[in-house]
Amino acid sequence: MTLLYFAWVRQRLGTGEEEIELPPEVGTVRELAEHLHSRGGAFADVFSERKRLRAAVNQEHAAWDASLEMATEVAFFPPVTGG
Amino acid sequence: MKIRVQREDFDLNAELDVLRRERPTVGAIVAFAGVVRGSDTASSLTLEHYPGMTEREIGRHVRDANARWPLLGVTVIHRIGELRPGDNIVLVAVAAEHRRAAFEAAEFLMDYLKARAPFWKREAREGKSEWIDSRDSDEAALRRWRED
Repeated sequence: MTLLYFAWVRQRLGTGEEEIELPPEVGTVRELAEHLHSRGGAFADVFSERKRLRAAVNQEHAAWDASLEMATEVAFFPPVTGG
Repeated sequence: MKIRVQREDFDLNAELDVLRRERPTVGAIVAFAGVVRGSDTASSLTLEHYPGMTEREIGRHVRDANARWPLLGVTVIHRIGELRPGDNIVLVAVAAEHRRAAFEAAEFLMDYLKARAPFWKREAREGKSEWIDSRDSDEAALRRWRED
């Protein structure tokens, strides 16, 4: 599965993209965020601020309890500020 | 429907001409042009986006707008990269037979674009560069379209 990070999430993690193998216990966006948090370091910092994060699954906005069953691409980013 | 994300500027008159010629029954075109607001301290804005999701997300809202109003043409152009005060940043232009559909659809599309399209702005100010925070009012603006 591809993970993408944007804006300050990308900057603070020091990467915009990575490939990961989902651990079997990770079934939702929330569980993925908790898994990434458990890596420690910058990941722990960024993923402890979940109120400031949004997610997309397969390029559509997704809630924290959204399933990852069909997910090939998951992105984490701050609330959008375009326009 | 034309959706573009680009670094280059856009030509407002050229885009309106395309919409004008879309159908002979076009009687109203409403265009919103967003411009980088100047201030005493801000020197530039840099925009990034989520390629792929941006086009899909805007496309979905254009289809929603087409389902709600009788539209004859829609153009959405959003710029990315480094922009300076006074630069064009976004264009939403809607053609219809009559003005009310064009006014409402343009506002609907701008409200959804602001609250949902995956763009992020970073602002350079007095030598420092900071990500701009989202505004609750952008999310609140969507309520009006859901209560219809």
